[in-house]
Amino acid sequence: MNRIDQTFARLREGDSRALIAYLTAGDPHPDRTAELALALERGGADILELGVPFSDPMADGPVIQKASERALRAGTTLEKVIEIIREIRRSSELPVVVFSYLNPVLRYGFEAFAAKIAEAGADGALLTDLNIEAAEEYLEAMRARDLATVFLGAQTSTDERLRQVAQASTGFLYLVSTAGVTGMRETISDAAIPLLERARKATDLPLAIGFGLSRREHIEAVAPYAEGAIVGSAIMRVVEQYGESPELGAKLEELARELKSGLKVPQPATGGVA
Amino acid sequence: MHVIENATLPDSLGRFGPYGGRYVPEILVAPLEQIEQVYFEARQDPAFQAELEELNRQYAGRPTPLYHCKRLSEHLGGAQIYLKREDLLHTGAHKINHCLGQALLVKRMGKKRIIAETGAGQHGVASATVAALFGFECTVYMGEEDMRRQELNVFRMRLLGARVEAVKTGSRTLKDAVTQAMREWTANFETTHYLLGSALGPHPFPVMVRDFQSVIGTEARAQFGEREGGLPDVLFACVGGGSNSLGLFHPFLDAESVRMVGVEAGGRGDALGEHAARFSGEGGAPGVLHGTRSYVLQDEAGQIALTHSVSAGLDYASVGPEHAYLRDQGRVEYTACQDADALAAVRTLARYEGIIPALESAHAVAEAIRRAPSAPGQRFLVNLSGRGDKDIGIFRENMPDLD
Ligand SMILES: Cc1ncc(COP(=O)(O)O)c(C=O)c1O
Repeated sequence: MNRIDQTFARLREGDSRALIAYLTAGDPHPDRTAELALALERGGADILELGVPFSDPMADGPVIQKASERALRAGTTLEKVIEIIREIRRSSELPVVVFSYLNPVLRYGFEAFAAKIAEAGADGALLTDLNIEAAEEYLEAMRARDLATVFLGAQTSTDERLRQVAQASTGFLYLVSTAGVTGMRETISDAAIPLLERARKATDLPLAIGFGLSRREHIEAVAPYAEGAIVGSAIMRVVEQYGESPELGAKLEELARELKSGLKVPQPATGGVA
Repeated sequence: MHVIENATLPDSLGRFGPYGGRYVPEILVAPLEQIEQVYFEARQDPAFQAELEELNRQYAGRPTPLYHCKRLSEHLGGAQIYLKREDLLHTGAHKINHCLGQALLVKRMGKKRIIAETGAGQHGVASATVAALFGFECTVYMGEEDMRRQELNVFRMRLLGARVEAVKTGSRTLKDAVTQAMREWTANFETTHYLLGSALGPHPFPVMVRDFQSVIGTEARAQFGEREGGLPDVLFACVGGGSNSLGLFHPFLDAESVRMVGVEAGGRGDALGEHAARFSGEGGAPGVLHGTRSYVLQDEAGQIALTHSVSAGLDYASVGPEHAYLRDQGRVEYTACQDADALAAVRTLARYEGIIPALESAHAVAEAIRRAPSAPGQRFLVNLSGRGDKDIGIFRENMPDLD
């Protein structure tokens, strides 16, 4: 059982859902990312989504766009991201899912990618613009190393499509809470909970929901229906605000603690209908 | 409508060999499937084809002439040069061909709003035009740098009732405009059609845009046979995303004797960042950008490279996936023409034929001019994809001797 499965198994025994924290690797600087990841872990993050910055982040809103630009300017490459994973692994068992657009991984090669991230201690990956139809070679490379392959489900996905996406997924299923790109929103979308309910019927995998969740109250609202909540832009906004400041780590830890407190739910997630 | 009856590509996943396909945020899979379904139904529907043909004839001004450049050919002293005059179409470029086709699909889907990206502004103008014609709301995304260098087209779009949104990320050119339009579409797909402006992006755009543009080659082949007899020896077209070139080339693909040359933007030089030559320049390699797998200008780490061309419509880091396939097959030859040569071709065509081409089209003209002297007895057919009115500002900057 890899660290992701262990994490969800452990949480099932207790009284909280997973806080899945997204961090753009290399922002403000590749040397600092491991330290920031550990700060998020201290605050209560259960899983880290480590973002590989990309020049043309088609699914991202302004906050993560700017984070990617800063990270690229600081010289972040997939090779550096792999070093960062190694550095995190030296002192932590926090599960790490590499989050990337397809092209940097394609350029690196699926085989080399899977081999290197596995060896560095990553637990899985999600490639935003790799749909299941085109994923065969990737799946083979990842499966061979027991790495989780997380795919996305969306409000436009039919029940059949959700089943297919779940079938290709291991670790958890990532559900996109809202139409549009990543970013902070005032309220959670009306589409979020119906999607979680449909996904629940489509798979036994843990469900994680993301896009647009930035506040404790958003997370509280979805927590009864999911095993995990993914927060990205709210985290990267803090990184943007505190940049090189020595306070950055403490601020991230504080944010993670606040978010995690919204995830305490006594009973297991059942979709709220059972 | 000009359906390519025997086309076996793309396959059911939208792939041309290893290229093409669909690489998109999951939320766009269903909207793309809807377009695919509506398009493939429409393509078989005689009423749809008749409506499009009527619009092409009565609104856009088809068929466009096939014109023999006698003075230019004589001046060059080799091949005879012919132009397919897409520059004479309504709105001034071939882009109206795929805009009218897609507008009819928008109507079929019951949507009331379109968004589009544009580089040179010709696709934006054509989109704004069909929006006015059909009563759609229209927003066009355009890089800030392109808004500056194609300011006349920005005003034309506004005059036609479209909103033009400045894109201020990355290189502030076409690549960034496509990225932003895609982002917007992930939020608005329910009400809005993304009227993509070239034979690129996720399936079904490459096949759909190609089919709508194939009217160029179908007409040209018939006109050439009727008036000149036989087939041309070599076809030339500029390749940005690849729509005007595929439109000309596709109906000739089965004619083995016909050679085809796609001309990319060679910019200022060979180094990555100085050109937009995905096939013939440094840094082009298979990759995925904007939902399709094709040749992409990129660095060693798989980050998309910046590009340069004097021509905003060719200044793009990727290229339509069918071109990647045709290149690997060796069916089409790809070459690049530099900024200076394109500008020189503008002057030559203006002086010898009284035709001022768009800077994009001038790349194809330049390559034909370069090869003509050493090809006596051959007949060259060049796609003149657009007219140069929009580029007068750039011409003035680069031709100070005329002011
Ligand atoms: C006149 C003209 N020709 C060519 C192009 C390049 O596009 P494509 O390669 O899709 O024909 C453009 C794009 O803006 C254009 O305006």
